[in-house]
Amino acid sequence: MKVVLENLTKRYPSRNKRAAGDVIAVDHFTFEIPDGKLVGLLGPSGCGKSTTLNLISGLTKPTEGSIYFGDEDVTKMAPEHRGVGLVFQNYALYPHLTVMENITFPLENLKGKAKLPKAERERRAREIAALVQIDSLLDRKPSELSGGQQQRVAIARALVKMPRVLLLDEPLSNLDARLRLQTREEIKRIQKETGITTVFVTHDQDEAMSISDLIVVMKDGVVQQIGAPQAVYDDPANLFVARFLGTPPINVFEGCVKKEKLYIGGKRVLDVEGADDGEVLVGIRPEGFLPDEKGSFSCTLSGIEVMGRDVSIVSTHKASQNATVRAIVPSELGINTASSEVSFSLKPSKVYLFDKETERRIGFAFEGDNDTQKESSVGFVGKILGQLFKRGGK
Amino acid sequence: MDQQMNFEKIEKKTTARRRVKNVVLYSVLGFWALLVLFPFYWMLLTAFKSYGEYNGESIPKLFVSNPTLENFVNAFTEVPLADYFLNTLIFTLATTALMLVVVIPAAFAFARLEFKGKNLVFTVFLSLMMIPNELVIITNFTTITNLDMRNTFMGLILPSVMSVFYIYLLKENFSQVPEELYLAAKVDGTSDFKYMWKVMLPICKPTVVTITILKVIECWNSYIWPRLITDEEAYYLVSNGIQELRESGFGRENIPSMMAAVVAISVPLVVLFLIFRKKIMAGVARGGTKG
Repeated sequence: MKVVLENLTKRYPSRNKRAAGDVIAVDHFTFEIPDGKLVGLLGPSGCGKSTTLNLISGLTKPTEGSIYFGDEDVTKMAPEHRGVGLVFQNYALYPHLTVMENITFPLENLKGKAKLPKAERERRAREIAALVQIDSLLDRKPSELSGGQQQRVAIARALVKMPRVLLLDEPLSNLDARLRLQTREEIKRIQKETGITTVFVTHDQDEAMSISDLIVVMKDGVVQQIGAPQAVYDDPANLFVARFLGTPPINVFEGCVKKEKLYIGGKRVLDVEGADDGEVLVGIRPEGFLPDEKGSFSCTLSGIEVMGRDVSIVSTHKASQNATVRAIVPSELGINTASSEVSFSLKPSKVYLFDKETERRIGFAFEGDNDTQKESSVGFVGKILGQLFKRGGK
Repeated sequence: MDQQMNFEKIEKKTTARRRVKNVVLYSVLGFWALLVLFPFYWMLLTAFKSYGEYNGESIPKLFVSNPTLENFVNAFTEVPLADYFLNTLIFTLATTALMLVVVIPAAFAFARLEFKGKNLVFTVFLSLMMIPNELVIITNFTTITNLDMRNTFMGLILPSVMSVFYIYLLKENFSQVPEELYLAAKVDGTSDFKYMWKVMLPICKPTVVTITILKVIECWNSYIWPRLITDEEAYYLVSNGIQELRESGFGRENIPSMMAAVVAISVPLVVLFLIFRKKIMAGVARGGTKG
């Protein structure tokens, strides 16, 4: 079942009576979620991702726009008729019911033709419980389960009525780090096995990148970029997206372009073919630095963090917007820790230019970049920018 | 060796200090318990004294020389106390049941549902708690009399069915149930009533049990209202019976018989309290604190 969001907008009246205007939680969200895909809604807290989820579930009514499940317009439909399964951040299990009763609860509400006898309800519950691997816990109460098990019960309860769309609201944030890794793979597996179109909200980019087929990056209710995780990471549409994705975060410098050459801190660091002259913000991914004694980009070394496979070089640079510049390099490359300076050459594909005012991405071509890549990269960014313009987004 | 001595000294000192502390603590507590329990003792004592013995003592004695059950026999024969018991039972059960029917949905509505003027209505409800009961009784009396419900069970029961305080207590408890449970139930197509019945009530059972028991006690003990609204024996409650017994002496108040009746009347409540003691305490503590 594909889910189509059309100009979806939610405005809340401002609580502060003196401040005029409404709070816009979701601003003209248009997107088609392909059938059977797992989509991650990603953004900092307060960016409207949970509101979007509630709009899809029907718990919140949109101010404008429509929602379609397949070809059916569900915009005005009550949540219980939409056929959505919803998993809450705190799981929202009924504490006084056993796991079995929790899972069968949604089935008890079926009326008329859809009504199921008790045996059938329990059979279905068992089937789903086996899918999420909690079939041995059916007699327990939620309080007797670990966080991960509760999470599975919540998913089972959402799945048991065979929803058309599964919605997960920060499903992993209450789990510890190890369990989180395990559970996110589990969610991916369950989603694959059931083939239910799934929307999943998170503020954790790792989580979204690792399991989503598509990610939607949001900020202040406005969609910033939509795409496959790797594509969005490699090809951010603006500075916000570039900053939001990636750990450690991208390094941002103030620089300028003159005659298709990029200068940072008064030093010429890269050729940028096709970029216009002017002040820019330069984003460089931590893996975009190559230690190179003859490199044109030098920083003041402040320390080295060993991470096993990689080494993180921490340094400072006067043009940097971040407090420290972080470079991740393979540990085989020897670093001279005695020196107070460290020099790098830059990988052009990991360097992004952004307009200083609008923070939008500025495309450029670089040596060694073959033509098809160049075209596709600039072309894709152009397309996104075009979309944003059309929408009048920021 | 010297140090060893020191240790012993310290040990002795602390033990002594602890002992003194305990003595003081327990004497204060004991004194307090005595104050609280003395009326009960006096009640029991008097119930077992004969009418003659009681009236013969110019200074009441703290013990009984010839214990007798004659007062208990009196209590049930002088007035139809058994009938009153039955009346009280009907009154208590009906009032409590109706009260739950009124209070639970009201609390649920205030806690979960959204409707216009919810906060205003709730504030008005709460401000009702500031009006003294005695004032309300006068208006209730007029209302019930005008409705021609004097000397009926309806007239007895209706004014006690509503309780702002219990609505408030239960609403607070309902509000603590996470909203996600409600939303989850909504998405699954659960009706509000079913959600209240299947989710809210079981989760808030301790508070519901508490208000039930408190209401039972309140009904069992009620005196002013039944006394006002009934003057036919057929509708008398046990509290009216006590009053009647008091007036049954030979020119003097028949205190021993009255006390015997009081003992008999207290027994069901004491038993109820002993059975539900833990639940009552848990509910009161839970209702008062958050979490």
